[in-house]
Amino acid sequence: MKQLRSRKPGMIVAEIVTALLFILFLFPFVLVLLNSAKTSFEVTQYPLAWPSRWGNIIDNVVKIWTSESVRYPSSLLTSTIVTVVSLVLINLFSAQAGWVLVRTKSRISSIIFFIFVASMVIPFQIVMFPLLSWFRTVTVATGIRLLRTYQGIILAYIGFGAPLSIFMFHGFIKSIPLELEEAATIDGCKKYQIFYRIIFPILTPIQATVLVLNGIWIWNDYLLPLLVLGKGNDIMTIPLAVSNFAGAFVKQWDLILTAILMAMVPVIIFFLFAQKYIVKGMVAGAIK
Amino acid sequence: MTKKTESSLVFWVFLAPVLFAFIMVMVIPFFLGSYYAFTNWSSSARVDGGLRFVGLQNFAESFRDPAFLYSFGITFAYTILNMIAINVVAFALALLVTGELRLKNVYRVGFFVPNLIGGLILGYIWQFIFNNAIPSLGRIIPVLGFLANPGNLMLSKNTSALAAMIVVGTWQYAGYIMMIYVAAIENIPQELLEAAKIDGATPWIRLKSITIPLCAQAFTVTMFLTLVNSFKQFDVNVSLTSGGPSTMLMGQPILGTELLALNIYNTAFISNKLSVAQARAFVFFFVLAIISIIQVYVNKKREIEL
Repeated sequence: MKQLRSRKPGMIVAEIVTALLFILFLFPFVLVLLNSAKTSFEVTQYPLAWPSRWGNIIDNVVKIWTSESVRYPSSLLTSTIVTVVSLVLINLFSAQAGWVLVRTKSRISSIIFFIFVASMVIPFQIVMFPLLSWFRTVTVATGIRLLRTYQGIILAYIGFGAPLSIFMFHGFIKSIPLELEEAATIDGCKKYQIFYRIIFPILTPIQATVLVLNGIWIWNDYLLPLLVLGKGNDIMTIPLAVSNFAGAFVKQWDLILTAILMAMVPVIIFFLFAQKYIVKGMVAGAIK
Repeated sequence: MTKKTESSLVFWVFLAPVLFAFIMVMVIPFFLGSYYAFTNWSSSARVDGGLRFVGLQNFAESFRDPAFLYSFGITFAYTILNMIAINVVAFALALLVTGELRLKNVYRVGFFVPNLIGGLILGYIWQFIFNNAIPSLGRIIPVLGFLANPGNLMLSKNTSALAAMIVVGTWQYAGYIMMIYVAAIENIPQELLEAAKIDGATPWIRLKSITIPLCAQAFTVTMFLTLVNSFKQFDVNVSLTSGGPSTMLMGQPILGTELLALNIYNTAFISNKLSVAQARAFVFFFVLAIISIIQVYVNKKREIEL
């Protein structure tokens, strides 16, 4: 209190304004929590009131957990598998691609890098319809199913996530001194070993950025899973599950908001653990 | 094995996985799409038989369609207003949280959090707020009674529904853009601001002549990000308004808040006109490319001037 009094009045105003804005920014989430603990009647009549019985939240959670249109445990698992597998592969493949593109000075190498960079301006809308018919063609020709499967959506995430990731690895690798690799060669290290033993571990900071940027995108993405996995599929990501439920139970806000709450909880928990990396990664990714 | 063949082997082996994925999902669909846009392609299931070349017909049809023209108009309006709203709010927040606030790290995180949740979910939350929570506020507080009137719901008229989308867009994105401004502001040498203070510069002058010019580079980045993301908005559009409410244009009923990305999607899957949707996607791409080039050019020029 003493500290506060010794400050200028301007600072106190700033403090209060910021605190109010902070509350305003987080209030929508508070509303989700409050209304997840209400009955259907309470939600429509008193959306701003304190819930009459917090125990309702358990009933609602159980309803969503067992709901056929959300299939929460299975959707959570699907989202996790799709995100984690895509991230691991994007990270490794883009890092090794970025490395050979920096270290190989040839025409073909520069052309490939240029194509990756140029492709970043292409919006998803341009390729999304032909992508579906192409995936079908591939299935007809080879028997490998790409639509409505894990392998299809993960392949798509690698393809769409690679350009930006390669670009970021490329920028970082350029600053690593070549002497390091030369020394390893003299010591008898094979070329591919140089990457896995020396370069890849050095890339940790930029890997964090790549993982965060792609992770937030993939976890929250709606349009690509909607197209590639489709509606009414056994494999359903969390955003698909929420939209599926909201479409089937229009105006059942007590349950829709509970589904939303359950969709947000994993993200919030993850954020609390990795907060530092996430904020840093997203800012670094934007500035690059 | 010689050094050279080893190098070239490693080059291709290391590139192979990304090249394969990239060619499968970007390159081939891009070229297929460039062709489909000029054909009578109508179902993604049947491309083998009966594709007929129709020239520019899909483009001509799009520019005669009131719904598409209207989507263009409101996408521009939404993009510009959303860009301004996000950047103004984000910059103001950045100034606040780079000051000497005691909980500034907590505030930063709080403002950032909406950005972690997908647009689809945010849109549903705000649909609830606009349709239920705000009218309820009108019932509780007599002065705000007009809010309880169903005719005054934000999402029931197309102009206010567009405003609602901007509110959600700003709330979703301002915290992220704020973080970029925070990084820029914290990079400004303190001596500069202190010297100006000693010379008697007011906070306003310091802001105008030091802080803003020194953030010029950040402005190029943030304006680009907000421009591109607003122009491509889809998720919030789907869950908040689904394009509604309906309105009339050129004697035809159309959707009042259907942004381009949603219009393209609906053209393909509701009207079942895939080739027309593909043509629209190309128009979408060219317009986005042109306006983002102009934006970066203008901002870069300002960076030098400042």
